[in-house]
Amino acid sequence: MSGVDPTFDLDGQPVALQPGDTILTAAARAGLDIPHLCWSEEVSGSASCRLCTVLADGRPVAACVTPAVAGQKVDCRTASLATQRLRLLQMLFVEGNHFCPGCEKSGNCVLQVQAERAGMTDLNFEVLNPERPVDASHPDVLFEPNRCILCQLCVRASDEIDGKRVFAIGGHGIATRLLIDSPSGRLGDSALSVDDRSAHICPVGALLPKRVGFAVPIGQRRFDTEDTRG
Amino acid sequence: MGDAADIMSEAARAAADAVLDRWQRDPHALVQVLRETQAIMHWLSRPLLAHIAAALGLTRAQVEGVAGFYRFFHTRPVGRTRLLFSDNITDRMLGSEALLAQLCARLGVAPGEVDAQGRFSVDRCSCTGLCDQGPALLVNHHQVITRLDATRVDALANLLLADTPVEQWPAAWFTVVDGVQRADVLLSGLAADAPTLPAVLAQSPQALLDEVAQSGLRGRGGAGFPTARKWQACRDAAGDLRVVVCNADEGEPGTFKDRVLLAFHADAVFDGMTVAARAVGAQQGFLYLRGEYRYLLPQLEGVLARRRAQGLLGRDACGVAGFGFDIAIHLGAGAYVCGEESALIESLEGKRGTPRIRPPFPVQAGYLGRPTVVNNVETFCAVAHIARRGGAWWAGIGTAQSTGTKIHSVSGDCARPGLYEYPLGTPIAQILDDCGARDVQAVQVGGPSGTCVPAADFGHTIAFEDVPSAGAFMVFDRTRDLFEVARHFARFFAHESCGLCTPCRVGTELVVRRLDKLAHARGAGSASAFDIERLHDLDTVLHSGTHCGLGASACNPLRDTMRHFGAAYAQRATAPQFQPDVDLDAELSAARRVTGRTDAGAHLHTDTPA
Repeated sequence: MSGVDPTFDLDGQPVALQPGDTILTAAARAGLDIPHLCWSEEVSGSASCRLCTVLADGRPVAACVTPAVAGQKVDCRTASLATQRLRLLQMLFVEGNHFCPGCEKSGNCVLQVQAERAGMTDLNFEVLNPERPVDASHPDVLFEPNRCILCQLCVRASDEIDGKRVFAIGGHGIATRLLIDSPSGRLGDSALSVDDRSAHICPVGALLPKRVGFAVPIGQRRFDTEDTRG
Repeated sequence: MGDAADIMSEAARAAADAVLDRWQRDPHALVQVLRETQAIMHWLSRPLLAHIAAALGLTRAQVEGVAGFYRFFHTRPVGRTRLLFSDNITDRMLGSEALLAQLCARLGVAPGEVDAQGRFSVDRCSCTGLCDQGPALLVNHHQVITRLDATRVDALANLLLADTPVEQWPAAWFTVVDGVQRADVLLSGLAADAPTLPAVLAQSPQALLDEVAQSGLRGRGGAGFPTARKWQACRDAAGDLRVVVCNADEGEPGTFKDRVLLAFHADAVFDGMTVAARAVGAQQGFLYLRGEYRYLLPQLEGVLARRRAQGLLGRDACGVAGFGFDIAIHLGAGAYVCGEESALIESLEGKRGTPRIRPPFPVQAGYLGRPTVVNNVETFCAVAHIARRGGAWWAGIGTAQSTGTKIHSVSGDCARPGLYEYPLGTPIAQILDDCGARDVQAVQVGGPSGTCVPAADFGHTIAFEDVPSAGAFMVFDRTRDLFEVARHFARFFAHESCGLCTPCRVGTELVVRRLDKLAHARGAGSASAFDIERLHDLDTVLHSGTHCGLGASACNPLRDTMRHFGAAYAQRATAPQFQPDVDLDAELSAARRVTGRTDAGAHLHTDTPA
């Protein structure tokens, strides 16, 4: 065998791949960002948000769960995929109730920063305005289902890291929702502890540890830039 | 939640325990356990679900997630008698909505609601596969009533109001006919002097596989994947145990061929499964029967019992030493997406029917991680013939790329609906002629996920290389509004989306709302060219990367009808510029409620003239 590592082509750049790599993990190791929401290296993939959709030899696939193949040509930064990402983000925004100025996750929110990076300036689609009651029953963690994007990260973290199986997915279609494993169906009498990984893995403001919302002021948060530091 | 819902009766516990024992408390049997428990208790309360969860070592939320996924599971009280009107477009064309309204009026209930005494509930469900003898309805997910009309509905209302048990309803109502109008190889059945299955299985597994390869047979479920290649991949996959699954989740609206094959040619289907098992080295077989076909279960179980007694199943099946193979029947519970093979396997494992991430493909790691072949009913039926008459014979029928015959489920505007079997490569025009269709505007070939073919294209043939089909053939004459057809299919896909991926979960709903706006659901004249543009937008998103084929095909009817019948859209988009789809008067309803005002001054009259 030759000593040269196998690679695939991502937007014209060669990316080295290792056995077991997905397109997304290989790209991440090479420092190349493929936009994503529902993927985390800590847990298995759900392939639900589809933001990481790329064209692998012309075929649309979710980069987070698709094995990287040596010699493959992968396109991510094309005009049509940029539009596709924008539309998917707009769909997530109209599906829930996402009001960034009133959300304590603002500045730390992956949905928000992806929308910003995608150049999203409007919703494009009509808002669905769901009515989803907030669950504040847990002493240390707030569940705000209006902001849930059904990424399943909390489900997987609770299953795979915490070993508690606190969450599950229920319903179907547009009525799909996050279920909580407890007699009342509320977070307060579930086995969730604020120390659990699943209480912190939420990329948006749906699951939030209480009483820390503004401990880090707006302007000094994860995704704040020179422009937003004020 | 009321007290009644929180307390589980002793009867409910006993019912669940008996079912759980019968399934040996196997968590993979969850869908079956829920189905059978509900058949006794009518609905599944939270305490009951918690009890089942504890018995199976699952969490409450997991079980609630499964119960909430399948349309036929009720997590709220329903009537002791539950009626579901089949809601395919063909049922509607036969007047199902008026009959539903008539029944509801007689019973004094609204669709989706249960009457005050808990006697009955009436609702709609996706296509029940009785389009050639509709309008149809399901009774307690267990029986079907066909050929509904006003007289039948009136009599039905009387029986329901008198609390007459279903067993005492007129037997003629439950008649399901085979509806075979044109039989070729498959619908004619196996010849009386055809070799027996043991004679067929005396050949080596490789020889069986070679015949199927030579036949050129491609899967009849829609995707058209070469059957032999699928089998070979399963045979080559690592693992000791292998599984053969017959996909009888015939959920594509307008398709009913598998129902007839199962009812009248079940032995051929089981023959085909057994040949597949021998060819790939499988020990375990499943027939995944859609919940809507529950009424076929006793008969199919009977056929399997007879085959076991004949030595065609079980240890040393068909007299082949060391070949152990048996078939179990699993019932679905109302979820179209389970027709997708990996979702079907999830459902077999007792989970939500969410399509899996692939790879691994089912042939590599399917049911319980075992290499699994999933084929359609018609595919297995074809195998039963090919194994006896040879691959070359089958390859001689049809076209070079599309070998053999195909059964079409013909419904809609034609004189003779029913099953028509032709060699592949048959022109659409010939099928229309044969079924007595006149003045045809369009045919929906392959169901909503297939192709809407306009009259100009009737010279095309049904074949993988031309117009492929999973078996539905719905005819629309010139009196039909293709926009309304597309809107109906859009509602179907939104209803059947599993909810996993963003484009399908949100996109299918946005399509429905946009089409509702065009349909003037909230008053006339608010739609404009802007809305048409948004529909094109949604079509593009759904065709550019969903998790499975359901999402990918959900906009096919929209795309086809916008292309071929654009006028039906344009005439609904007459506003000169964008208008928001907001009913301002309805927005004031909360304020009216709070202030107790009902006078004209508390209303806006923007949409409807006074």
